[in-house]
Amino acid sequence: MEKTQKGVIVKVSGPLVIAENMEGSEFYEVVRVGDEGLVGEVIEIRREKVYIQVYEETAGVGPGEPVVRTKKQLSVTLGPGLIGSIFDGIERPLQKIEEKSGHLITRGIEVPSLDAEKKWRFIPLMKEGDDVSGGDIVGEVKETEILSHKIMIPPSVEEGKITSIKEGEFTIKDIVFEVDKKGYNMTQSWPIRTPRPTNKKLLPFVPLTTGQRVIDTFFPIAKGGTACVPGPFGAGKTVVQHQIAKWSDADIVVFVGCGERGNEMTDVLKEFPELKDPRTGRPLMERTVLIANTSNMPVAAREASVYTGITIAEYFRDMGYSVALMADSTSRWAEALREMSARLEEMPGEEGYPAYLGSRTASFYERAGYVKCFSSKDREGSLTVVGSVSPPGGDLSEPVTQNTLRTTKIFWSLEDSLANARHFPAINWLSSYSLYVDELEHYFDKEVGVEFKENRKEAMRILSEEEKLEEIVRLVGFEALSDKDKLIMDTARIIREDFLMQNAFDEIDTYSSFKKQNFMMGKIVEYYHDGIHSIEEGKSMDEILQTPEIKELSRLKFLSEKEIKS
Amino acid sequence: MSVKFKGIKEIAGSLVLVEGNFRPKYEELVEIELPGGEIRRGRVLEAEEKRVLVQMFEETRGMDASEGEVRFLGKTMTLGVSEEMLGRVFDGAANPMDGHPMPVAKKEMDINGNPINPYSREFPDDFLQTGISSIDGLNTLVRGQKLPIFSASGLPHSKIATQIARQAKIDGNFSVVFGAMGITFEESQYFINELRETGALQRSILFINTADDPVIERVTLPRLALTAAEYLAFEKDQHVLVILIDMTNYCEALREISAARKEVPGRRGYPGYLYTDLASIYERAGIIRGKEGSVTQIPILTMPEDDKTHPIPDLTGYITEGQIIVSRSLQQSGISPPIDVLNSLSRLKNKGVGEGKTRHDHSGISNQLFAAYAKGQEVRELAVILGEGALSEIDRKYLQFAEDFEKRFINQGEKENRDIKKTLDIGWDLVKTLPREELKRVKEEEIKEFLGDGSQN
Repeated sequence: MEKTQKGVIVKVSGPLVIAENMEGSEFYEVVRVGDEGLVGEVIEIRREKVYIQVYEETAGVGPGEPVVRTKKQLSVTLGPGLIGSIFDGIERPLQKIEEKSGHLITRGIEVPSLDAEKKWRFIPLMKEGDDVSGGDIVGEVKETEILSHKIMIPPSVEEGKITSIKEGEFTIKDIVFEVDKKGYNMTQSWPIRTPRPTNKKLLPFVPLTTGQRVIDTFFPIAKGGTACVPGPFGAGKTVVQHQIAKWSDADIVVFVGCGERGNEMTDVLKEFPELKDPRTGRPLMERTVLIANTSNMPVAAREASVYTGITIAEYFRDMGYSVALMADSTSRWAEALREMSARLEEMPGEEGYPAYLGSRTASFYERAGYVKCFSSKDREGSLTVVGSVSPPGGDLSEPVTQNTLRTTKIFWSLEDSLANARHFPAINWLSSYSLYVDELEHYFDKEVGVEFKENRKEAMRILSEEEKLEEIVRLVGFEALSDKDKLIMDTARIIREDFLMQNAFDEIDTYSSFKKQNFMMGKIVEYYHDGIHSIEEGKSMDEILQTPEIKELSRLKFLSEKEIKS
Repeated sequence: MSVKFKGIKEIAGSLVLVEGNFRPKYEELVEIELPGGEIRRGRVLEAEEKRVLVQMFEETRGMDASEGEVRFLGKTMTLGVSEEMLGRVFDGAANPMDGHPMPVAKKEMDINGNPINPYSREFPDDFLQTGISSIDGLNTLVRGQKLPIFSASGLPHSKIATQIARQAKIDGNFSVVFGAMGITFEESQYFINELRETGALQRSILFINTADDPVIERVTLPRLALTAAEYLAFEKDQHVLVILIDMTNYCEALREISAARKEVPGRRGYPGYLYTDLASIYERAGIIRGKEGSVTQIPILTMPEDDKTHPIPDLTGYITEGQIIVSRSLQQSGISPPIDVLNSLSRLKNKGVGEGKTRHDHSGISNQLFAAYAKGQEVRELAVILGEGALSEIDRKYLQFAEDFEKRFINQGEKENRDIKKTLDIGWDLVKTLPREELKRVKEEEIKEFLGDGSQN
């Protein structure tokens, strides 16, 4: 007979609890700490002592109180009911917490992650006698109007035959199918620190449309790609993240608010149900999962929140969807690591961050990708990760930014000076980069137009010319420039003001399709080329500035998608 | 029932190490009784069986390791709260400083509070009038917002703080909780007197820790203030404005304690958890769905060397919803309050202005003022290089506008309480001097409404 193994607390220091009498504990095993049963995780084992990070406030906990082993890794429950929910860092639904404990989050609350009462209509996609193995889709549930939630066989299942499968209204706990006489319900559990398996990783080749011109045209992100958005406060990191969450053509968006403002999460909660997805016309909430661990919630759960988010994202990827994960902000995650590391009295690396910051960051972003899903059938899905970084003082040389940049292939550099000049999104066009440009070239040529690539190059050239010319202007004044240089300066201004600047709060300007972006850029480059012609024919710059075209260019961004088509 | 123990082994700074046969709880309150009967309080920082590290709230000077007796109170730090606290002045240990007896507590509340469930928050979008044009008009404060003032030594942030405390107005029950950490005696008297003279003291609670009071009390003080504020807001339906001054002193105290504990320092010697710690204060602002009241925070901090990238303003800026920046150059040109409107920002402004909140033209006119003042500043820089003579006529108009804007809009003096209508009207009066075709940020109808049909001068 097996007894429930109970350890005893010997020391409490903030979120770190040390317990004894815990023989056989596994690394990263979940434990229940103290009389209140707070959720914790074993993060270090030293002889008979285990070190536990606790995901809840530990005030009032003391030596002598029990620690109960669960013999499970920190896991999330995956199944119908995830979409539209808001969870805390360890997948407890905040709505249910409110029902149980009121407006404030108290401790030791135990609530199931998914609604166990709700009935879902399960439609089988396989029949008795079919050969299956782990990862195969056996049925589906229409979770929202726009999302069919595929019910998959857990990855751990080896090959077998479906021995029975049902159809009808079931809760997530009911057995809906059997493989070799073993019954399964609609949920599965997965440890958050272990990546879910895939059959094969592919190189990304399709862009994730974000509708943000500076991103899509100049620094595009691929489905399955990774991006880093560092910026000082007030530069608009969160707005960029929100814009991508709102307008990107991902099937599912997982938004992780990691150590950020509570009111921001409230804003998302209020706004997303009202906003319509541009492709389906349904509320954005019907494709969104929110993870909220605001800055005043326990620090250890903040560390877990990004893993909780990415595991949920991987689960939807495995269904064959394109998933985008936004993590805002990964700096807070790194700080949580640093805090725990300091309490473990580990040798610090740079700026007090643990030495393993780099490897943890890299392995997190590596979970992104364009993949052949784990299944015996052919199916592709993608997981795109966009992480924002909040560098102290806007100093990009700090460890979190540097470690992130080493891994991610996109750098959208948000700058204070641009934000102060009210240039939004404040993404610097000269220092940002995207390494996906070449991989996506084929797609752009085929789907957007061959001129797209050329126009982008030309625009980029004009912008970098502008920077050089500006130095000259500063020395000798604008009037001293040649007409051709003046034209470059003017075109660069048009690109900046009428293309790069985009108002997230304007109904039309907030989203531009590739078609519209290509059209706009085409017009601007055309203006430049015509101008060069005119100058060569002997016209002066002043005459060119009088052309009515200029006014038209500034109106381009306010043209609706329909007007572009005609 | 609580047993006393001897067994103080080490005293270092505000930290006391005690060993004995006991089982402490983390964060538990501890009393140490000195031989003379004097009691000093602290809390458990590290709880181990038979060994406990205590952080004292009070001075450790004069403590005797062999004689002191330690008692565990079996509870974490709480504050007894009641409405009777209004009109009173307390110190950093929540003892009355005004010579009156301790108010009778209606309820004991944990000073650390519990985080508000993000799902239960109501998004702040109601206007809060401070009576200061540069805030109300251009960097509008919203109920439930946390909007810090970034100041620096030698700048009149105390005056701005008291002006806001005196003038702030919300319809409904309104009160002010004032938390002062490490300020001078003179400043503390200034606050008390100013509030008393104007009668604002009746609706205020003051917590004051002066520069010679125990450093450790600076760490608990904002939590006491916020606990009192939360009681008034969420149990007594009051709109509470919490003013915390000076957060820099708070952070210094935190650093001092962290250093005493020999923790691995983060940037500039501040502890690595400074962000989390500050968040546990700032995030206590907000509105809860279904509750009448609200907690609005105006933390004030002095930027060391006027440096906005210093860890304290930097981390604050990452947590709060904008910032009001006090400008040294405006101060030198005699503008009061010297608020740098271009670098200031209220992230929630757009949610709190407009028809039904302030006035329908608010958004337009404030954008216009921003744009025109920014342009005016540009021209001013240009004029320094080229000389005023080289400016075009339109540039000169902008230059004049910038001057007028500073003198009439930003400048209003300590005693003037402008309501939002007056603020916006001054704004319209100022833009009148600019050619009408320059007014691109306001709607045509609004121009007609406020400037009439006729041609301008």
